Amino acid sequence: MNEARFKKRTLFLIAYLVFAILPVYWMVNMSFKTNEEILSTFSLWPKHFTTDHYRTIFTDVSWYSGYINSIIYVAINTVISLAVALPAAYAFSRYRFLGDKHVFFWLLTNRMTPPAVFLLPFFQLYTTLGLMDTHIAVALAHLLFNVPLAVWILEGFMSGIPREIDETAYIDGYSFPRFFVMIFIPLIKAGVGVAAFFCFMFSWVELLMARTLTSVNAKPIVAVMTRTVSASGMDWGVLAAAGVLTIVPGAIVIWFVRHYIAKGFAMGRV
Amino acid sequence: MKPVNQKAWFLILPVVLCVAFSAILPLMTVVNYSVQDIISPERRVFVGTEWFKAVMRDDDLQGALLRQIVFSLSVLAVEIPLGILLALSMPAKGWQSSAVLVTVAISLLIPWNVVGTIWQIFGRSDIGLLGASLAALGIDYSYTGNATHAWLTVLLMDVWHWTPLVALLCFAGLRAIPDAYYQAASIDGASKLAVFRYIQLPKLRGVLMIAVLLRFMDSFMIYTEPFVLTGGGPGNATTFLSQYLTQKAVGQFDLGPAAAFSLIYFLIILLLCFILYNWMQRVGTADKSEAGHE
Amino acid sequence: MARIDLDLAHSYKPNPQQDSDYALLPLKMCFEDGGAYALLGPSGCGKTSLLNIISGLVTPSQGTVKFDGVLMNAKTPQQRNIAQVFQFPVIYDTMTVAQNLAFPLRNRGVAPDKIKQRVGKIAEMLELSGQLDVRAAGLAADAKQKISLGRGLVREDVSAVLFDEPLTVIDPHLKWQLRRKLKQIHHELKLTLVYVTHDQVEALTFADQVVVMTRGRAVQIGRASELFERPQHTFVGHFIGSPGMNFLPAARSGDGLTVAGCAVPSDTVVPAASGRLVLGIRPEYVTLAEPQTPGAVPATVLQAQDIGTYWLVTAQVGSVAAGMAGPTTVRARLSPDADIPAAGAAVWLAVLGPHTCFYADDVLIGETSAPQKATA
Repeated sequence: MNEARFKKRTLFLIAYLVFAILPVYWMVNMSFKTNEEILSTFSLWPKHFTTDHYRTIFTDVSWYSGYINSIIYVAINTVISLAVALPAAYAFSRYRFLGDKHVFFWLLTNRMTPPAVFLLPFFQLYTTLGLMDTHIAVALAHLLFNVPLAVWILEGFMSGIPREIDETAYIDGYSFPRFFVMIFIPLIKAGVGVAAFFCFMFSWVELLMARTLTSVNAKPIVAVMTRTVSASGMDWGVLAAAGVLTIVPGAIVIWFVRHYIAKGFAMGRV
Repeated sequence: MKPVNQKAWFLILPVVLCVAFSAILPLMTVVNYSVQDIISPERRVFVGTEWFKAVMRDDDLQGALLRQIVFSLSVLAVEIPLGILLALSMPAKGWQSSAVLVTVAISLLIPWNVVGTIWQIFGRSDIGLLGASLAALGIDYSYTGNATHAWLTVLLMDVWHWTPLVALLCFAGLRAIPDAYYQAASIDGASKLAVFRYIQLPKLRGVLMIAVLLRFMDSFMIYTEPFVLTGGGPGNATTFLSQYLTQKAVGQFDLGPAAAFSLIYFLIILLLCFILYNWMQRVGTADKSEAGHE
Repeated sequence: MARIDLDLAHSYKPNPQQDSDYALLPLKMCFEDGGAYALLGPSGCGKTSLLNIISGLVTPSQGTVKFDGVLMNAKTPQQRNIAQVFQFPVIYDTMTVAQNLAFPLRNRGVAPDKIKQRVGKIAEMLELSGQLDVRAAGLAADAKQKISLGRGLVREDVSAVLFDEPLTVIDPHLKWQLRRKLKQIHHELKLTLVYVTHDQVEALTFADQVVVMTRGRAVQIGRASELFERPQHTFVGHFIGSPGMNFLPAARSGDGLTVAGCAVPSDTVVPAASGRLVLGIRPEYVTLAEPQTPGAVPATVLQAQDIGTYWLVTAQVGSVAAGMAGPTTVRARLSPDADIPAAGAAVWLAVLGPHTCFYADDVLIGETSAPQKATA
């Protein structure tokens, strides 16, 4: 019976993976076709294979700088988000204090507003601060929705760790920072991995705020891609190539955190 | 069960500051605009709740709201079970685990306008794989002309795009279940279904709550993907709430009503999330008290 | 209830070449039906692997596992009918105590009234009757462990109950209560119990027979008294007892022995054996002696600690002599009535006596080096 169930699951998995890959394959397909071919014919593989679109992206500074800018502010944002979220999640998980439930819910509510609502106020705020068109501006703006998510995810994982472990560490003479870094964080690796990935991901794909707060210096790739409409119409090929390339950093991130996500957490092995 | 410790506020202070900085000032601005008629940057008139009443009376709003609710519920109905099933099928160890993890996560990493664009082409009968396949099967498929087709395409696109979020969260949650539980279940003679029902599902409560709320919120605010794919059409068949807000704000370029609508929008989501959150908390109370939660 | 026979070795590696590749070196032991056994040893000694092999969660890479003479290698834990209690309580969160206890029986299709009766009986035995309708998730750790245990006991034909350090998460002041309950259950139900622990007090108070293990090897199996009086391996002497046995390098000499470099005239005949010779004596049996007494060695007291019910005196024996290992320390447990020497004093300690054991290459001289079969 185990074997039969196993086969059914594998079939389902393969079916889903095919479903997941198809549109991506189509995008890759498009990225190697000329624009004319994309719009005129249906072909499973480019009839006239071309790497022109990729060449455009790698040589045109306005394109590749977009990637670099995105990576910079996403990295800053992920680091800050995790750094502030870890102690906060610990507090929510371990203690009761005045207003704890309300603050926790308030954090969640910051994800409940359409980003469009914040565009004008953010524009005014960051102009006043003189931070327009900087990476740090976008990184800070994205804290709005990433920090609550990070706190939420980390708190869930932390609550699964029995408090005895904290107490044992104190008895063994660990100071709080040392306990936190050397004992606690390794135990919640899965949570840190998941939180890090989601912070990266949501910041990477966010368009409205990133576009509003930047113009030249810190212009992210998502914004660059929206300007592919020119006089001759949409540059589908370059857009597809750019799309394919946007997957790469994220794939690398998830590759690095895969062990954290796949790590089991074993009670009693401490 | 948890000790009271007001000094814990120091631990959450950084978070509160970061978020308040990004949230409270803008929010105050929006509230400010929502109660004024901004005829020009110099001339502003306080109008109280007039904008709010105008927005609520709008018939088109009711339609968009209804469409939005149906959409979000459909999204949840498909993505949550599918995500759980996917997480259960994903291998836990070995190179297969890494390969599947990366493959599954790809759709999350694509900028949303590109997602819309891909599906735009994907769904066309002349140059897209999906469109061409359906046409070959004899189906007269058109997401631009047929409202039902448009709905289904938008739904399918969202499922393709976001199910991995649910799956990744559940996958990490499943990995956190100690082996001993499975061993004990094996010794107790439990069937696979019983293992799912009594061990895996209860232990997934935490991550499922995150997944449900996240997907609900995000689907309720969805803008880019359907806008790029169908532009809200045919007609206003796939015009959801966010697009409706943008149409009003951009079309009329009137900050007052737009701000009022934004606040109402926010309050609707807040109310629905509050209900969902409390309901899920109540259902999971026993679990939480065991793990040392309140 | 079953008698378990093991004749196996186990390695987690596909091609074990040397001893260190094995989690369990070849061993042969028998757990009698209805006996209470403890697997005692430090972390990593293989005791959990052995337990998992008995339960069926792990299949031994070599050898056989038999229950009542029937080969069990390929059978699942469920098929072997064993019950296992883990380090932390494993319960079904969404169920009540009664539902938890009933679960294994329901999965076997037992009739509902029979289930109720059985659950009631076990609950009473474990003092959980008052909480049968309480949600199991809300209870304290010791109650949850009782539920884990109960799920194992509820099956009438359970062959053996296996415990993997079950008191780890229990509050210290509740540990003895649970231990007493376990002994009670053993007495009433006469089940075969195998208990894994690294705590010698737990092992020695719980079990009739203790298997002492280190680094994949079962070095001795026996009752508490045997392990104490005649440890078959220096590891056993060192691990059992608080503090453990004293070990002094020894050599045969003309009219007796040389112990830690000191000539000790005596009539004691050390059986012939090759290998590094070591004398072992427990601190409980080291006594103060008059100078030059046969069987005693001179020593300088390093420290004398008042433990309450006894004094622990640590002394340094002998001196560096040609061909011998350096000076060694000896600990003695002396009764408070004795004349307790002060630090720095020169004393003579009697180390040769009826309780002294000799070891060649860590194995007791006069015994075989293979672990014995456990006797009922």
